[in-house]
Amino acid sequence: MISKPNFTGIGAPIQRKEDKRFITGQGQYTDDIARPGQVYAAFVRSPVAHARIKEIDASAALELEGVLAVLTGAQLKEDGIAGLICGWTVQSKDGSDMIAGEHPALAVDKVRYVGDHVAVVIGTTNHIARQGAELVGVDYEELDPVVDLESVRGANPVHEEAANNVCFEWELGEKEPTDDAFGKADHVTKLDITNNRLIPNAMEPRAAIGEYNQAEDHYTLYTTSQNPHVARLVISAFVGLAPEHKLRVIAPDVGGGFGSKIFIYAEEVVCLWAAKKVGKPVKWTGERSEAFLADAHGRDHISSAELALDKDGKFLGLRVKTIANLGAYLSTFASAVPTYLYGTLLSGQYQIPAIYVEVDGVYTNTAPVDAYRGAGRPEATYLLERIVEKAARELSIDPADLRKRNFIDQFPYQTPVIMNYDVGDYHASLEEGLERIGYSDFETRKAQSEAAGKKRGIGFSTYIEACGIAPSAAVGSLGAGVGLWESAEVRVNPTGNVEVLTGCHSHGQGHETTFAQLVSHRFGIPIESVEIVHGDTDKVQFGMGTYGSRSGAVGMSAITVACDKVITKGKKIAAHLMEVPADSVDFEDGLFLGKDSNKSLAFGEIALAAYTAHGFPTDEIEPGLKESCFYDPSNFTFPAGCHICEVEIDPETGELDIAAFVAVDDFGTVINPMIVEGQVHGGLVQGIGQAILEGCTYDKESGQLVTGSFMDYTMPRADDVPSFDVGMTVTECPSNPVGMKGCGEAGAIGATPAVINAIINALGVDSIEMPATPERIWRAANGL
Amino acid sequence: MISVKTTVNGEERSADVEDRTLLVSYLREHLRLTGTHIGCDTSQCGACVVHVNGKAVKSCTMLAAQAEGCNITTVEGLADGDTLHPVQAAFREYHGLQCGFCTPGMIMSAVDLIRRIPDLDEPTIRQELEGNLCRCTGYQNIVKAIKSAAEQMAS
Repeated sequence: MISKPNFTGIGAPIQRKEDKRFITGQGQYTDDIARPGQVYAAFVRSPVAHARIKEIDASAALELEGVLAVLTGAQLKEDGIAGLICGWTVQSKDGSDMIAGEHPALAVDKVRYVGDHVAVVIGTTNHIARQGAELVGVDYEELDPVVDLESVRGANPVHEEAANNVCFEWELGEKEPTDDAFGKADHVTKLDITNNRLIPNAMEPRAAIGEYNQAEDHYTLYTTSQNPHVARLVISAFVGLAPEHKLRVIAPDVGGGFGSKIFIYAEEVVCLWAAKKVGKPVKWTGERSEAFLADAHGRDHISSAELALDKDGKFLGLRVKTIANLGAYLSTFASAVPTYLYGTLLSGQYQIPAIYVEVDGVYTNTAPVDAYRGAGRPEATYLLERIVEKAARELSIDPADLRKRNFIDQFPYQTPVIMNYDVGDYHASLEEGLERIGYSDFETRKAQSEAAGKKRGIGFSTYIEACGIAPSAAVGSLGAGVGLWESAEVRVNPTGNVEVLTGCHSHGQGHETTFAQLVSHRFGIPIESVEIVHGDTDKVQFGMGTYGSRSGAVGMSAITVACDKVITKGKKIAAHLMEVPADSVDFEDGLFLGKDSNKSLAFGEIALAAYTAHGFPTDEIEPGLKESCFYDPSNFTFPAGCHICEVEIDPETGELDIAAFVAVDDFGTVINPMIVEGQVHGGLVQGIGQAILEGCTYDKESGQLVTGSFMDYTMPRADDVPSFDVGMTVTECPSNPVGMKGCGEAGAIGATPAVINAIINALGVDSIEMPATPERIWRAANGL
Repeated sequence: MISVKTTVNGEERSADVEDRTLLVSYLREHLRLTGTHIGCDTSQCGACVVHVNGKAVKSCTMLAAQAEGCNITTVEGLADGDTLHPVQAAFREYHGLQCGFCTPGMIMSAVDLIRRIPDLDEPTIRQELEGNLCRCTGYQNIVKAIKSAAEQMAS
């Protein structure tokens, strides 16, 4: 089908429908929206990491002309507005629930990290609000902050409820069989490893406009969200700001998310609340500095791991102990990330008969930590791929060969850590990766580099991830407070064009194109006849949003089922119109065909007939042509692949050149290869960024954020990264009707260990910390 | 307050603004040309690049007052009616954008880059894009788009 001219269906690399508005400056991001009479919010943020608030003096700010109000946490509490919540309750080993410290939208007694929200100033202009915020005097009684992950116990409690700063002590897998496996091992590889903290930095800073209509007692929130319905649910059901039917949440064009815009943030709650207080729409646009301080950060683990092997290099068991930094407050899904999105992926692509992992989730006086592209899976992959590579080194086995010896090759495969892999071909992606990188000639290239005084290395990462998040009952049994299905509504208009309302949200993924490709393919109608609607709780019935590479596997499955319902109804109508038996209508390429007859009706003709309702009994078939679906997946999906990185290092300067990077991924069915490759490129650069450039640093004594701007935090730039060689192998996912697995996070999951393994291989060392800056590489190269 | 008169995308425009108003705020808030974006507060990201008298400028580094009498082109003024500028068309053709937030600045920088340097190769394009951050695309398709547009415009 791909070869058909003008083909726009599944598999066609067509240009994106949404691009025209973005390339001509017509996108509508939250900050582009101006509501009539809007005023501006500026937040007073804590300059210290840990302190009691003794007094807030707003008098000078209130004297400034144009300042309308200074609002504090005490007033928020008086108004009965509750705090933010974490939507996933993790249990500790002893069966007790995690300890979730209070998370007020504005601090009440204490501030817990630099950037914490102390008060909000509402002003008639943005300048005035910000100037007002500068004038608010806050008297702090400073407390020693807890910053260092290894010394949280016994330090000042961030939350009084969690005396040791421990939120949960979680475990997964079986300890005894794992210990037994180590007892039988011929070789044990040990690794202490840090997964560096990252700051997401979507290019659009977060923003929010809260609006209150007194006559209707109705609120509207415009916000930079990946999941507007979830935001509405949390703000209604838990924060208690407005009943759900009196709150509309609109997430218009959103400039990237990468996880950081999943969460429900203080600023959204405060803008809504303040809008009622001052009787005007209240707009807040975050500055980049605020994004650094107060967007949820990612990763931040320290771990010790051990891998048991037999004499043939077969894996026998894996033991992992991890401390995960949760920051100062539990963000919306913070507890799930270092537990059920991490421990469950520790089997990787390998047969490991016994796995046991312990994770302590701890509070520190730093910004909240939550999902960032990959969310738990990069941490699992980094640990596993590093220790596998180390084992290969210690046993002098070729790292590709050691992987092959241990690959899972029978499906379905039940891991010892919950996941049941449905399908995959790990040998195929590795073989293609080896071919593309030219593995057999690596030694020649290495010799050439050596002759030029350079060190060349190659590193592998054969990763797996769990996407298509997620079967509702399964995640419910693990502590999730929500179901993770997705909804779709397919409205066929009388004139035969189609609106699809989806609960997913596009913030760069290109849903307006790929979802339309699916529908156009299914209905045999031009892609121009399909419009995708998302991001508005007044339009879309409900939705769980976009994260965890779920929009294809779950969102498009919902659309597929709804489309099938439309076709089923269309067949019934067609049978009446064509006067053929109900079970003798086929649908193909946009035509309803009467079997054993020469009759046919086009999709558009049936659409019109459905609305005129002249030609079929309406007591049997309702008029109209609109169907919906709430699709609950039956399993996670398991995208997997092989990333290989080749680096060349100048030992005199520590300068690193990524000489080649190959990514071969298996995402199942691909709707638009151009978009999928783009997702891979972007993910790879975020993964490479973590490996060699990015690292969020807090001062361990003061808790000040040291890397608080683009001048201090190294974002990958165009000349930091190479062009990638991207390949795909396909095993179709059997658990959903599209056969898709998801592609959004793979790059960020697979790339990081491939780069670090390549650096380690080049330098002949045992480890190097991330980000592997030229200084760190130079030190390692020179034994310093 | 001062009155700032400029020519923006071929039209004479004027607005009364506070003295401290940055050019980017003048364009976005006073002229409501919201295609030019603000992605940082340290002049690093390049989302706000516009052309002032034909040269690419980060409009967050310039006061509106400094633009008095200047000829400004923003991303909204790049296409010729319904005909996209070759750089705009190439960004679309090569999937050089995802979320679209950095895109206006990227495109305006790219147009200036193609004007300044003939025969652009990949390393040069990558180096010259140092002042523009993108978090979505990994840059590969942006580089391809610029190279293709440059070749097309040269021919």
